[in-house]
Amino acid sequence: MEDLLTAEYRTIEAVKGPLVFVRHARRAALGDLVTLEIPSNEIRSGQVIEASEKWTIVQLFGPSDRISPGTTWVKFAEEGAHIALSPLILGRIFSGSGEPLDSLPQVPPLERRDVHGSAINPVCRDLPTDFIQTGLSAIDGLNTLVRGQKLPIFSCPGLPAGEIAAHLISHACVPNEEGGFAVVFAAMGISSREARFYLETFESSGALEHSVIFMNLADDAVIERLLTPRFALAAAEYLAFDRNMHVLVVLCDMTHYCNALREVSSSREEIPGRRGYPGYLYTDLAGIYERAGRIKGRSGSVTQIPILTMPDDDITHPVPDLTGYITEGQIVLDRRLHRKGIFPPIQVLPSLSRLMDRGIGEGRTREDHRPLADQLYACYARGTDQRRVASIIGEEALNETDRMFLRFAEDFERGFVGQGVESRSISKTLDLGWRLLAALPEAELVRVSKDLIRRYGAGGEEHGWTENQQT
Amino acid sequence: MAGPTVQARGLSGCFMNEIARVGPWGLTGEIIRIEGDLATIQVYEETVGLKVGDPVRTTGELLSVELGPGLVGEIFDGIQRPLPRLSALSGDFIQKGAEAKRLDRERLWSFEARVKKGDLVEWGTILGAVKETPRISHLVFAAKGVRGLVDEVREGDFAVTEPVVILEGGETITMRQKWNVREPRPVRGRLPLETPLLTGQRTVDTLFPIAEGGTAVIPGGFGSGKTVIEQTIAKYASADLIVYIGCGERGNEMADTLSQFPRLTDPYAGRPLMERTILIANTSNMPVAAREASIFTGVTIAEYYRDMGYRVAVLADSTSRWAEALREISSRLEEIPGEEGYPTYLASRLSAFYERAGRFLLIGPDEKRTGSVTIIGAVSPPGGDFSEPVTQASLQMASTFWALDTDLANQRHFPAINWRMSFSLTYPSLLKWYRQLASSEWSSLVREVHEVLQQEEDLAEIVRIIGLDSVADRERVLLEAARMLREGYLRQSAVHPVDAYCSIRRQVKLLSTFVFCTGRMFAAAERGLPLDLILGAPPLEALLRLKEVCDEDLDVRIAELRRDFSTSLGAGVV
Repeated sequence: MEDLLTAEYRTIEAVKGPLVFVRHARRAALGDLVTLEIPSNEIRSGQVIEASEKWTIVQLFGPSDRISPGTTWVKFAEEGAHIALSPLILGRIFSGSGEPLDSLPQVPPLERRDVHGSAINPVCRDLPTDFIQTGLSAIDGLNTLVRGQKLPIFSCPGLPAGEIAAHLISHACVPNEEGGFAVVFAAMGISSREARFYLETFESSGALEHSVIFMNLADDAVIERLLTPRFALAAAEYLAFDRNMHVLVVLCDMTHYCNALREVSSSREEIPGRRGYPGYLYTDLAGIYERAGRIKGRSGSVTQIPILTMPDDDITHPVPDLTGYITEGQIVLDRRLHRKGIFPPIQVLPSLSRLMDRGIGEGRTREDHRPLADQLYACYARGTDQRRVASIIGEEALNETDRMFLRFAEDFERGFVGQGVESRSISKTLDLGWRLLAALPEAELVRVSKDLIRRYGAGGEEHGWTENQQT
Repeated sequence: MAGPTVQARGLSGCFMNEIARVGPWGLTGEIIRIEGDLATIQVYEETVGLKVGDPVRTTGELLSVELGPGLVGEIFDGIQRPLPRLSALSGDFIQKGAEAKRLDRERLWSFEARVKKGDLVEWGTILGAVKETPRISHLVFAAKGVRGLVDEVREGDFAVTEPVVILEGGETITMRQKWNVREPRPVRGRLPLETPLLTGQRTVDTLFPIAEGGTAVIPGGFGSGKTVIEQTIAKYASADLIVYIGCGERGNEMADTLSQFPRLTDPYAGRPLMERTILIANTSNMPVAAREASIFTGVTIAEYYRDMGYRVAVLADSTSRWAEALREISSRLEEIPGEEGYPTYLASRLSAFYERAGRFLLIGPDEKRTGSVTIIGAVSPPGGDFSEPVTQASLQMASTFWALDTDLANQRHFPAINWRMSFSLTYPSLLKWYRQLASSEWSSLVREVHEVLQQEEDLAEIVRIIGLDSVADRERVLLEAARMLREGYLRQSAVHPVDAYCSIRRQVKLLSTFVFCTGRMFAAAERGLPLDLILGAPPLEALLRLKEVCDEDLDVRIAELRRDFSTSLGAGVV
């Protein structure tokens, strides 16, 4: 950044935690990057978060030790965080603020862009309609993901969200289409153990060469964490809308991101909202999640899979709550399923994909997809209800039909949701659904039409399974 | 400068709520506080990149909307910038300081005069009409403060800025008006609410109706189907005009609405929905201050069409995002926070918004003209907890309350309107309409539904403890009847070609069939018929699927069902 205009000051007035108050920095603009040079020639960096006639407030990216009003020089780069972009970013690993971590040189930029981006004009958005096959039945069959969607995974501490993300990174594809996804991965505040797991996934699946990775680990600077997803999304938007690629963005873990935002907010002495998170958490998250989608007249797309951990398994915690209000659905993981040894432990009842209807049905997946999904949902919901009843009055007290539903719920969890390391095609997923429904009396199946039952159900002409075809 | 607010010095003569242009890009902002020489401006665009010392210019205007032909079918952002024309100017992403005229200056409208030389013109006088869309005839009327005799009338094709009527003394009148969004447009008086705003949704029209000119609040956690309900109502509501405000919601959802509405037709006029829809799209990643303005922009446009005598419905999705915008700005101003950090004026601002709904006598020489604005606001309570301030403040104002239930949504029961918590305060005053125009038995039919559902609720608790097999036959039948009502009547698919819209005629037919059939089941239970027969003999599944039968076949199918229930339950033929 040597070629940029900079202005230097030695007018630090106060240092409070990570905030540095600088006097007379007339030309500083909101969001500008700042470097601080302390006497040992060490360089620290920061960002302008507030500016007034009296002083400019700089938030440091790193520690504030040895910063002194008398001796530290403050340099203002007259621009905010920018990312260097070119197709050569593919296959590279960067820090959370865009510095190479893979001991390769800087990317020669074709373009430099503000990482904050701009809002897509809603009238220019194109509808997400292309079905993405993830290979996981609980997602493909019941909570279908489409290109341009943002669908988070709500995990709990100790559940294998990382393994699910790894499965998506290695298997997500659009059936009958050449070329897969470019993956942009942003790690925010994850441990080095998790980071190693993801890097191994990228290397072993061969995904690395069409991926861009941004790493902000648990011990990296907190404020850099706030920039990490923005670097990742600026890269994703470039690949999607300038290079016509389909980009899958995995953000992990949004809870760490929000905690970083809370930490920064409280150091700025802002009035806290729920659980100490700042009142603008929704707006801030929207600025990240809304950077997914498709644009009319451009062939690329940005699909987002944010992963977050629900503290104390609480879905009403502000992070999952506000996320759910912005994203187009959610995939909720369940500790009980995990304990039963079911992978992926996706609890389908609270999970949802809002854009599912656009991506399924005749010509996309199969005509029976929507009614079948509804029927499976309804039967599973009824089965889990019976499970509750049975736990009070005992299974023997249930009547025959109710016992069938109880068994259905069990089979559904083990055979449909649970699939281990296997990756299933969509038709296999749907056939499996019909197979499970065959165990129930036909009169109970009110959400699928008689015609569909005749064609796809047991003995039907289109049905794609046989009795001995097990998973 | 901090976030969306900036402070400026030396704006001599500036006044509260004046619009200012900030910085080198001329970002739009509104002055919200003045202290001596210092003015605080809430900026409606992204402030990153602004510098201390950047220029600020005042405009002498309040935050206002431009009113005139060309609004219907258009898509605006929260401060009425037309998004399609903005994209033509600045591309797929919204650039800083992008500006386009609110109303298209190029487009010509064919003006048909309704006044002639020598006529007296005053506030509210209808000067002429413009065919804005095939179904909206846009009345051009004299704005507040206009008074005089007509000197000249021009007919033909004009742009909104060209004079169409000239008064004696030379005052010219164009088709364009301006109005400050924060001030309700005046009316002559309020009228009682007596007509329901039909939505084609059985749970709404049958159990919890909303009046034309009424207000409804829809709170629900995420995934409970708020947006689907708002969109469904936008499609099927019996209003002349819909103003749909996407306030801080998802971009893809807006894109969905934008792609659907031009293709869909409404069930009343059979015309494309866009011909009666105005969209305000301020998605969640667009600037927070514009989000705050968006609901006022929307309701002011609605009032303008009300003043032409239309029945307008305003759908705001979601008022919580608006309240959060208010909170964000308030905290930047370092105001003392009330509950959950919201400013203490949250409730009064929200009330002022909902009070802009109503059925009114309009201003103008014709004293009998009426128009209405109905407001339906979605609320997104954090964690689905209805005790939070926005839901509670909205509840105090709303005449109708549709509580969305995450449990129902998880069972895929849509619309997920919880029949235990929801209410309609206007139902009694609408009953006369229902009795006259729907069915003379309306109130007893509705009462039956409420009763069965209530009894199911009471029973459910007992069943949970002692098990289904231990309850009496009569009660088993009741549970089954309640399930039929829930699944077969209340549950309604938003995408099924027949079921998505259910006219009030159809509702009466379906409802009376359900009440008849379940009545036969109760009677059979009373007579001591065996449970297996009551639950096994009649064609329950056909009754459940009755809602999917198209209008032409409905009467025949109903007659069959009534006969089958009667014969199979041994009560002879009807």
